[in-house]
Formats: sequence, C-alpha cells, structure tokens
Amino acid sequence: MANLAAVVGVGQTKHKSKHKDVSMAGLVRQAAERALADAGCEWKDIDALVLGKAPDMFEGVMMPELYLTDALGGNGKPVIRVHTAGSVGGSTAILAANYVQSGVYNRVLTVTFEKQSESNATWALSPRMPFVPHVNAGAGGFFAPYMRQYKEKYGAPDYIGCMVAVKDRLNACRNPYAHLQIPNIDLAMVQQSPMLWEPVRFLESCPSSDGACALVIANEQLALRAPNKPAWILGSSTRSDGTMYAGKDNVHPQSLIACARDVYAKSGITNPRKQIDVAELYIPFSWYEPMYLETLGFCGEGEGWKMVESGATAMTGDMPINASGGVLSSNPIGASGMLRFGEAALQVRGMAGEHQVDGARLAIGHAFGGAHSYYAMWAVSADKP
Amino acid sequence: MRDAAIIGYAQGPQYRYAGAANESELIMPVVRRVMEQVGVGQQDIDFTCSGSCDYLQGAAFAFVEGLSALATVPPIKESHVEMDAAWAVYEALIKIWTGEADLCLVYGFGKSSPGELRTVMALQLDPYYHVPLWPDAISLAALQARAMLDSGAISERDMAEVVARSRANARANPNAQLKGNPGIEELLAEPGFVSPLRRHDCPPITDGASAMIVASADVAARYCKRPAWVRGIDHRMETGILGARDLTRSPSTRIAGEKAGVARGKVDLAELHAPFSHQEIILRRELGLADAVPVNLSGGALAGNTMMAAGLDRIGFVAERIINGKADRGVAHATSGPCLQQNLVAVLEA
Repeated sequence: MANLAAVVGVGQTKHKSKHKDVSMAGLVRQAAERALADAGCEWKDIDALVLGKAPDMFEGVMMPELYLTDALGGNGKPVIRVHTAGSVGGSTAILAANYVQSGVYNRVLTVTFEKQSESNATWALSPRMPFVPHVNAGAGGFFAPYMRQYKEKYGAPDYIGCMVAVKDRLNACRNPYAHLQIPNIDLAMVQQSPMLWEPVRFLESCPSSDGACALVIANEQLALRAPNKPAWILGSSTRSDGTMYAGKDNVHPQSLIACARDVYAKSGITNPRKQIDVAELYIPFSWYEPMYLETLGFCGEGEGWKMVESGATAMTGDMPINASGGVLSSNPIGASGMLRFGEAALQVRGMAGEHQVDGARLAIGHAFGGAHSYYAMWAVSADKP
Repeated sequence: MRDAAIIGYAQGPQYRYAGAANESELIMPVVRRVMEQVGVGQQDIDFTCSGSCDYLQGAAFAFVEGLSALATVPPIKESHVEMDAAWAVYEALIKIWTGEADLCLVYGFGKSSPGELRTVMALQLDPYYHVPLWPDAISLAALQARAMLDSGAISERDMAEVVARSRANARANPNAQLKGNPGIEELLAEPGFVSPLRRHDCPPITDGASAMIVASADVAARYCKRPAWVRGIDHRMETGILGARDLTRSPSTRIAGEKAGVARGKVDLAELHAPFSHQEIILRRELGLADAVPVNLSGGALAGNTMMAAGLDRIGFVAERIINGKADRGVAHATSGPCLQQNLVAVLEA
C-alpha cells in the first residue's frame, strides 16, 4: 500500500483584487518561499514541482509552467501542470501527495495561483463557440438556478445565505491573508447589497482575487524531522462526471457524494460531524454552504439551512466551516481549492493563528469545479495514522 | 513500487482539418477502439487522465467538453494535465504506484486547425517581456536550427534526410497525415520558409486524438499477452528564457534519458517527439542512441502532429510494437514548450 505523506509547509500570498506589486512569477514565488520557510527547507531540497491553475485564459499565458519554472526552482527537475477546472487546487495537491505516497519522490513543492487582474474571468468563462448558444452568464448566473432549487425545495428562509456571508466575512477578519476584510458586516448590510443572480446578492458572492498558495509535502521520515508539526494525509479522492445529463442532481451532486464517501472510507471517518473538527469547503456562493453540509453528510437532507441558522458552522459552533473566511472572502480561482486543503492542514498543525479552531485534530479540505462535475477532497490529521 | 505496463493504444486519423467534428467526436472513436482492443469498459477503469490545451480550442475548459466522450455516470476518478498526454501517462503511473488504481485510461487530443497555431504558441513565453514581440513557434524553431547549423553539428542535408525517412516510414502508418517518398535533392530544392527551415522541416497542423490503457502488474496479464512494461520514465524542465539556453543541446533530455535507463540495454527502436527535423538530431545525440537504432518508424511528428497527443503517440507506437512482438525494448520521448524546453523519456520492455 501507499507510503505516508504529510503537509510540512504551507504558504500563501495576501489575496487581493490587483497585485500590481508583483508579476505572475513574483506572486507564485512569494507563496512558494513561505511554504519552504514553514517546511524549513530550501529550493535544492525539492525533488519535483506540481503546478496547477484554472484556465490559462484567465491570465493569457498558455501552459504557464514553461514560463514559471524559473521562479519556482523547476529547472532540471520534473514539472507537471494540472488543470481540473475550479477543483484544480485540490487535485493538484492530491497529485503532489501521490508523488510522495508512490515512493517516487521524497519531498515535493506544489503551487497554484490565479492572477485574475491580468484578464477578465467572466469573459474567459463565456466564450462564443460555434454551434453552441452563447450564455454569457459567468459562474454566478450558471449556478443561481440550483441555489433557487435548494431554497424552494426545502423552504429555507431568505436570510440563510446572508448568514453564511456574514459568518465567512467575520472569519476572514481573523485571517491576515484574506482578500475581503469587512469588520462591520452584518445581516442588514448583506441584505441591502444588490441582487446579482436571484437568490445571490453581491455580498453573498465570492470576489475575483489575485493570489497563490503553495504546499510542501514530504514522506514520513522527512515529516518527522520537519521543524513544524506535520499534517498527515489520511485519504484523498476526486470524482468527475458530465456537465449535464438526465437525472443529474445539482443540489446534492452524485460526484461529490462518491468523492466524500471515498475519502471518509480511506480516513476512517464514519460520523463526519462528530469526528471532523473543522472543514474548509469550496463555497463560492453563500447557498452552497447548506447544500454541501447535506451532501458531505454533516446533516440530513433539508437540514443544512437549519444547521447554518443554529450557528453550528461558526467558529464557536460544533462544526466550524471555513474558519479562514473561505472562497467567499478570497478567490484566486486556481489556488482556491489548494487554500482549502492548506487551511485544513494549518488547523490540524495548530498554526492557523487568529482563526485557529481550538484543539482541531482532524480536518477536511474540499474543492469544486465545473458544473458540479469536478470534486477533490482530502482529510488531514494531527495524529500519524 | 509495483510494475506497470501499457496494454493498449489507439491513434485516430490525423486530419489537416477535422471540419465540424468537435473534440468529443475526435476522442470517442479512439477511446472505444482502445477499450475494445483490451476488452474493457469504462466501469473497469479505476482512473482516467487526459492531456489537452484550452488555447487550441480557443475556449476555457476544453477537457470538460472532452469528458463528454466518456461514460461518466456513475462519476469517475479523473484528472487532467494542461500538457501533452504523455504527462497524463505519468500521472496514471503515479496512481498505479500508490496502489490506488490498477487500470487507467489515458487520452490526448487537439484540434489546432481553427486557430493560427504558430502565433498562438507565442503565448507560452514570458508574458511581460517576450510575448509583446510575438515570436511565433516556427521562428523560434528556426533560431534553434540556425544555431545547430552554425555550430557545425548538422547540415541542411542532414535535416532533409530526417524528413525523407519520416515521410517514407509514415507510409506504413494508416493514420499519418503526410507520407511519401521524397528524394533528398528534391527536398533541398524546395524554397525556404522561415530560414533555415523549409516547410517540410516543420510539423503539419493536425486535428486528432489518441488513447491508451495503462495497467498494474496485478492485472496487466489478464488483458494483454505481451504487455509493454514501463521499465523507466522521467521528465525534466529547462529555463523558460531562451537566451539562457544553449539551443543546440537538450540537457533535460539527457537527464531524463539517464534516469529512465535508456543505456541499460539494447534499444530496438525509438520514437522521438521532434516537431522539427533538426530536433530529432539533438534528441538522438542526447539520448546516446546508436546510428543503427531505427527512429520514428511511425513517421513521427513530422508526419502528423496532434498537439497534446503527439508525445502520447510516441509512447503508444513503441508500446504497440512491443505488444505486437515486433520489438523487445524501445525508447519513447515527448516534449513540451518552445525549442524542446521540457522533455519526458520512457523505456518500455517486453
């Protein structure tokens, strides 16, 4: 069976609308240097580089690993580039973990980024293609009907989405890297913000961010010698399915159910709400929190909005979700999934600073991409399996 | 680490222009063919990995469209590299080595005909300093060919010989796009294109797809009488700054070849992903292949260059000849980036 692997270094940049201070190369290098510092190692200690990001059109650089190799110490080394839509940050981290678990490499650096200010994501997401009707809706317009479906099917009150937005933004105020810092945010402020795509208001939507995330993943022997506590990778998985097919459930996607089951089985998780101390979930629009709470088995069908309403998912609740502020507070798309995976690692290492959940020992990171068609997840633990 | 082997490979027809056929329609027939060849269905596959590039399609998420060529309900374990699918083979091997998969489907596809490929490829360069100059892919390869000629390592006749052999070999490959039996003098008499390259020194624009099945030692024998075992595989990157490289050399190919163990035995054949004629000579030298080793019996990338599948095709052709009993040991190579910036080498054995 596979060798053990652990996260021994986590690095990220400050996430913001426009990183005019650095080039793309400077951005990824900043995150990578921070991850190396955390791991107590240098460029020469890295065996291979696993790079991921969302569509190349978001920056206008084709296969950017070719250009970024110089900034990431990739020259003379194996470099690979993953792209699995929005879930890429997660699937990139998983491939990096697999590199070590396979025994081929001892210590790898994995980096993801997006510098959205270099281009226009909504333009890149809505190309005019031959023989296909042009929607030009961007991501929000595409996902809004499914959130309406959830809200209507389970009779969730309108303010549930707003509650998620307030919670994540207040959490973000404890995370110095988070893009949106709105310390005076409250329910009324979110409710008064403009409606973008019914039921999603402006403040219930993720921002467009420039940012990068990097992880150093090492084998058992190196992890035990690392200067800071390792986050042991218990299990990881991905699932993909078609964009549209008859009977596809877009509220509780079959692909996410299968992905979560696989990760839970590999990690010995039988009661997610009881066993998992904190979860970092890819929630780009507020209503995805109650939807994913149900799909991931934290509560029963139709109970997700009640769980949000009860405050269970706040920092002070029994099942804190997105203590970092999540995608609603920072969204460098290609890195958003890896930030979830990395924040989960920080929590079980006890290194999450002001947004640390006390005593967190088991955490999950989750990433979502495509039209509910790409999922990646992992579970990390403070305890060596 | 347990052994892994390639047990099936299918290449689709290589077209100059696939017309209205979309990417899924190019992929579907080759995936079906490779599955029939091996005798498996999507439900038997543990992990699927593809290679493609959005900039060929001119739209984000080309691979999402590609996925609709497969049966994905129930959902599948899947990944994608925005690279040549030779690196998707590498990801599949990693999955097998972790013990998480036994049977993997890999496919690569590209439809380059709708865009201006050589110009689009300029977007692979440094976006701040190089792209504004729009150095196209053929001009960059021409710089490399010029450096080779100036160094005295090759002559234009050597380049023409590569082309003549490639076209002649391609006659045996029913999917090849360019084939024939041109004479060296005939080729040398053709006008220059981007000096010192003539048109035939450059790869054609190709639409197509290819698919492969990779298996662990635990299951390979169940599906294939003579699997092509992956005895070594490695890939290496070089700087993205062209001016910092000696373009007449390919140190990344040399390292990858050494790590993969090319020299550890007799090489019956090699498939080298050399989109430009002079590059085959560079690669051959860096891999230390003897003059007697037949290179690119398939015709190589000069006879058909499906972007994001041409490297996979090199691995596939070597595997196919081993599976069919025509060779015992072969070397396959894939490249990415301008002027052979990144290279992968695999050694396959019966």
